Amino acid sequence: MSADTLATARPAVELEGITKRFPGVVANHDIRITVAPGTVHAIVGENGAGKSTLMKILYGMQKPDEGTIRVSGTEVAFRTPSDAIAVGIGMVHQHFMLADNLTVLENIVLGAEPKKGGRLDRAAARARIERLAETHGLRVDPGRLVEDLGVGDRQRVEILKVLYRGARILILDEPTAVLVPQEVEELFQNLRELKAEGLTVIFISHKLDEVLGIADAITVIRRGTTVASLPRSEVTSARQLAELMVGSELPTPETRESTVTDRVAFQVGHLTMEAGGHHPAPKGVPVEEYVAKLRADGKRLLLDDVSFAIHEGEILGIAGVEGNGQSELIEAIMGIRPAHGSITLGELDVSSWPTLRRRESGIGYIPEDRHRQGLLLEASLWENRVLGHQTRKPARKGIWVDRRAARADTERIVRDYDVRTPGVDTLALALSGGNQQKLIVGREMSGEPKFLIAAHPTRGVDVGAQAAIWDHLREARAAGLAVLLISADLDELIGLSDTIRVIYRGRLVAALDPSDITPERLGGYMTGAIAGTEET
Amino acid sequence: MPAGLNRALLTVAGAVIAIVLAIAISSVAIIAAGASPLDAFAAFFDFGESARAQSNGVAAFINRAVPLFIAGLAVAVGFRMNLFNIGVEGQYRLAAIVAAYVGSTFTAPAPIQIAVIIVVAALTGGLYALIPAVMKVTRGVNEVIATIMLNYIAISLTSYLVRGPFAGQRAAGQLTTTTPELPESAMFPNLNVVFDWFGALPPTRGGGLQGFLLVAIVLGVVVWIVLERTRFGFDIKASGLNGPAALASGVNPKKMVIAAMVMSGGIAGLIGLPEILGDKGAFNSNFTAGLGFLGIAVALLGRNKPVGIAIAALLFAFLDRAQGSLQFAGVPSSVVTIIQAVIVLLVVVANEVTNRLALRLEERRAAQQLGRDNPVEVTA
Amino acid sequence: MTRVRKYHLTLIGVAALLLVMSLVRIITGENDITSSGTFNAALLLAVPIGLAGLGGLWAERAGVVNIGLEGMMVLGTWFAGWAGYQWGPVAALVAGLLGGAIGGLIHAVATVTFGVDHIISGVAINLLGPGVTRFLSEVLFKEGTRASAAGAGITTSPPISGSAWTPSLPVLSDGPDLLGKLESTHWFLLSDLAGILRGLTHDVNILVVLAVLLLPLTYFVLWHTAFGLRLRSAGENPWAAESLGVNVYLTKYVAVVISGAFAGLGGVFLVFVSNKYVEGQTQGRGFIGLATMIFGNWRPGGLAAGASLFGYASGLQLRSSGAVTTFFLFGAVLLLAYLVIQVRRLLAADRPAELAAGPARQYTLMAFAALGMVVLFWLWLTVEQLPNEFVFITPHVLTLLVLLVASQRLRPPKADGVRYRRGEQH
Repeated sequence: MSADTLATARPAVELEGITKRFPGVVANHDIRITVAPGTVHAIVGENGAGKSTLMKILYGMQKPDEGTIRVSGTEVAFRTPSDAIAVGIGMVHQHFMLADNLTVLENIVLGAEPKKGGRLDRAAARARIERLAETHGLRVDPGRLVEDLGVGDRQRVEILKVLYRGARILILDEPTAVLVPQEVEELFQNLRELKAEGLTVIFISHKLDEVLGIADAITVIRRGTTVASLPRSEVTSARQLAELMVGSELPTPETRESTVTDRVAFQVGHLTMEAGGHHPAPKGVPVEEYVAKLRADGKRLLLDDVSFAIHEGEILGIAGVEGNGQSELIEAIMGIRPAHGSITLGELDVSSWPTLRRRESGIGYIPEDRHRQGLLLEASLWENRVLGHQTRKPARKGIWVDRRAARADTERIVRDYDVRTPGVDTLALALSGGNQQKLIVGREMSGEPKFLIAAHPTRGVDVGAQAAIWDHLREARAAGLAVLLISADLDELIGLSDTIRVIYRGRLVAALDPSDITPERLGGYMTGAIAGTEET
Repeated sequence: MPAGLNRALLTVAGAVIAIVLAIAISSVAIIAAGASPLDAFAAFFDFGESARAQSNGVAAFINRAVPLFIAGLAVAVGFRMNLFNIGVEGQYRLAAIVAAYVGSTFTAPAPIQIAVIIVVAALTGGLYALIPAVMKVTRGVNEVIATIMLNYIAISLTSYLVRGPFAGQRAAGQLTTTTPELPESAMFPNLNVVFDWFGALPPTRGGGLQGFLLVAIVLGVVVWIVLERTRFGFDIKASGLNGPAALASGVNPKKMVIAAMVMSGGIAGLIGLPEILGDKGAFNSNFTAGLGFLGIAVALLGRNKPVGIAIAALLFAFLDRAQGSLQFAGVPSSVVTIIQAVIVLLVVVANEVTNRLALRLEERRAAQQLGRDNPVEVTA
Repeated sequence: MTRVRKYHLTLIGVAALLLVMSLVRIITGENDITSSGTFNAALLLAVPIGLAGLGGLWAERAGVVNIGLEGMMVLGTWFAGWAGYQWGPVAALVAGLLGGAIGGLIHAVATVTFGVDHIISGVAINLLGPGVTRFLSEVLFKEGTRASAAGAGITTSPPISGSAWTPSLPVLSDGPDLLGKLESTHWFLLSDLAGILRGLTHDVNILVVLAVLLLPLTYFVLWHTAFGLRLRSAGENPWAAESLGVNVYLTKYVAVVISGAFAGLGGVFLVFVSNKYVEGQTQGRGFIGLATMIFGNWRPGGLAAGASLFGYASGLQLRSSGAVTTFFLFGAVLLLAYLVIQVRRLLAADRPAELAAGPARQYTLMAFAALGMVVLFWLWLTVEQLPNEFVFITPHVLTLLVLLVASQRLRPPKADGVRYRRGEQH
């Protein structure tokens, strides 16, 4: 569809001057978007640019402070999602909104149940779902428990849920984040079919290649406001979009010269994790053999024979689509979840050590989800400084927590890492994401770690904080720190890493040199499109 | 630190509003019962006519507060890390009878005798609390249900023990069964001397002002230090605020569950001792029950902090003491229970509301102070 | 192995249980094990527990943990007693129902509207229930009141006026009473079956019948109506429900209020059994009800099984204090059966994978089972009569054992006990 026809049709959705403030924060500011009917319209922006808030507004989960929403020309005001559903808007959430212990059928009809004489009319519901599934090519068994479904199936259930309610406008929030490549292709196929039937799709993403592959028009959001809106035909490259997304200068996390030494700082060998709970290998059986047996028995492995070594002064980047074993790798290294195989820090075999001892001996950890694993949100900054360092100076004095020293050291972190805060007694939750993250980076660096896990270290932080965190990582690397960098941001990975390994379905499938690789090729390995097939 | 002060002020304001509301609600109940709220409130402050009666009233008030305070501490240790030890009731009853029995089997100089009894009580309580802790850690059994079941088991067990294996000589004409009498050296000296300092008559009832008050105060200070100043206390706080973060920071959740539960049970073991060592000299079938459940209320009211718990225990004891004078004033004495329950309910609601308010204020304050008006990440 | 349907398994289990019971009766000569009297009492005792359990089910399926059931049940007993002596059984029923529902409403306000921790709110309600009823007794049952003249004391209500209809199954349990005759022959199996059936059909209070019917009704509403689906979705994933336009707050409110009403109804039954309100007559049955719900894996069928078990244990104790010791024999036989199955499986399966997975663990488990069997058998031989206290705690101990064995296999609703606030995703 060309740009001209887009302009003439009555827009399916029209947002004008949408503004949303949260205490002390403006999440959306004067957002203007026009979505033509029967198109796939992508909304792109960095994490934290305000996409999610915008979608919640459009789906009635939050009310805008200013601005108007028009659907097919009529102005609407949503109080709840039901209002949005009523005018034909449906949303497929990034984190699936499914009840695991209910069947597919139950999940789909929930809130719009067909009834017959007071009871839930399962037969009618089933017939309708099967009809929908058939016409849109979304096959799924209505009788199964959602618990037993894979990720792709779950997403199809989500889409069916929306279609079941007669939605003509579908919002998909980061739909590909959790999918493997074949599933992404299937999804896109489904979306094209939906489009062909005249439905409108709003596709939210920060993955530019995918956006370019599916969208008819693209709107870019930066810092809570729309900065550009173009038809696909006017977009020449992903680079162009990326620059719109982050502003004029694209921060490049390039590490200049190599500081890699020949001293191995950290090593894992044959790291393997079972899906159905850990069963220790019988005595005397080598790990390799036991793992081979597990594989032969058809056991699902979350980590499958992962081995790598990181030298002092080296950053090893792990690339991969989320959910391919990254979290499990981190948890195994930190000693949070048991796994088979060896973990060696310097000369020490730490694989049987508890988490605390691993940390004490020099493993630092910047967690992937800072709110879940990194912070006590309702505690002060200095208490958060103590977290993970309870047993070490300066936080510790015998059996006591050394409050004065902990405060003083927190003040040092606040100064050195430029944490913007009124004081060290402020609660952690009062800080912005970037400042929280800088505090965590400062804390993990302060233990003088020999080895640092940095999982998505700049996720959801503003550009300034991102650059600062990259600088800190680079400095630490120059000082001889070994870093395991796990990130979904390919530019970050390529720019910072000395070596890149790709993780796919729990296996390390490729080792790449970041100096001669493009995000496009890396993406190929991550999705299994390159490595998995032709090597055999 | 203005941030902390702000939060504290809000908390106090919330508690005061809750108490005022509770008084209003109970006034309605009193009026409905055909009595005058004013009479009732006068009764709360009426400690008696004679000087002796007043001394007795004050002693009864303090003596009631002591076990409530200990019970509150016991509950709070678990609650601080979201570990719901509902089993304090069973733990203290079982500990009391075992300690009373063990104490009656030997005679030693007073300090040793008393120390042994205290240790036995704490051990019994701690060991009994170990059961749900081990069940939780090894088999994932929810501690709430386990401790509730163990309460009933403990209560039945004590009533069996007191009439069976641990039964002592029953005095002629008495209906209550009891453990053997403790030797004189087990009796904790009272603090009636305090009344002399104020020139008041010493109390005569209930063993006078029970000396166990001192133990309770020491215990409160120790618990405060442990929770607020030590690494162990930090680990408890971290586990309560954010389990996954505590785990990632190297806190072993299983060890923490065991440690906190045993500590909670150990403290619970002491709840019954003031009554036994300060007054009765034995565990009998009239032993005060329900302190464990009240302890939950006291801990909630005191927001799981020793100072707050002390205030809450004093408040509850103050209300409890008035039961007699209420009766005199023609007000149903059980209005006290209603006031207590309503206060607890309103305070937990007020806690929620003030907490949320405080957090929002803090966010806004931090944002203003930094002059931030540009958009930042909003968590999904 | 062929796929055996769940209900086939249940049927086989019930048949096996009956067989074991009959055997134990023959061996011990304790006819009360399967007498109609025992089962009649068991039914009466199981109903309040089961009702409390159903109350728990309603709340927890909607994601609200309700340990305040006990307090709500207490409210139910008082209001039933108070209304019952004045206006008869029907009024007692309605008043008890409402009393419990008020307790549920308070719990809903605290947990749903204000986001108070569910356990904390429940504890507060357990304090409030007895406090309020005591106060009301002091005001309304004190000397010089009309109630006092009718026989009330400070801890009891006057007896309930009028009585409920207690029909029997014609011919079989009444009149010719064929089942009764069969029972008194003490034949193997046949008499046991007759005793059980007669116990469940002879002189059954019509309200018991209604209460038992609430079980399938609950199942129907929760699993076969739109409302039930919404309710369960609120307990599994309230954010998903919210995103589909389900009013989660309202659903939870309704569920918790109904939960309280069920608990109150359980209280009403206790009042019917003793024909008046007596302070403290719930004796922790609210908690036992909660335990049966967990026992039953948050499902009505399992809950009913749990309640029947506890009801039976207490019923047997009521009928014959000696008969309870046969539980030791009963337990020993069950452990023996377990051992036999395990040994056969070990002998049959010599797949290395299974052996490598942890035979040591299995052997220790079997050793414990064997030891337990011996101990139980020895206890049965030596113990003449159990102290009452020990009988009283049978359900509690059983619950703990079940939790120990099955906790990891239990499947509570996923968002059970979670603080849900509209618009705040997790």
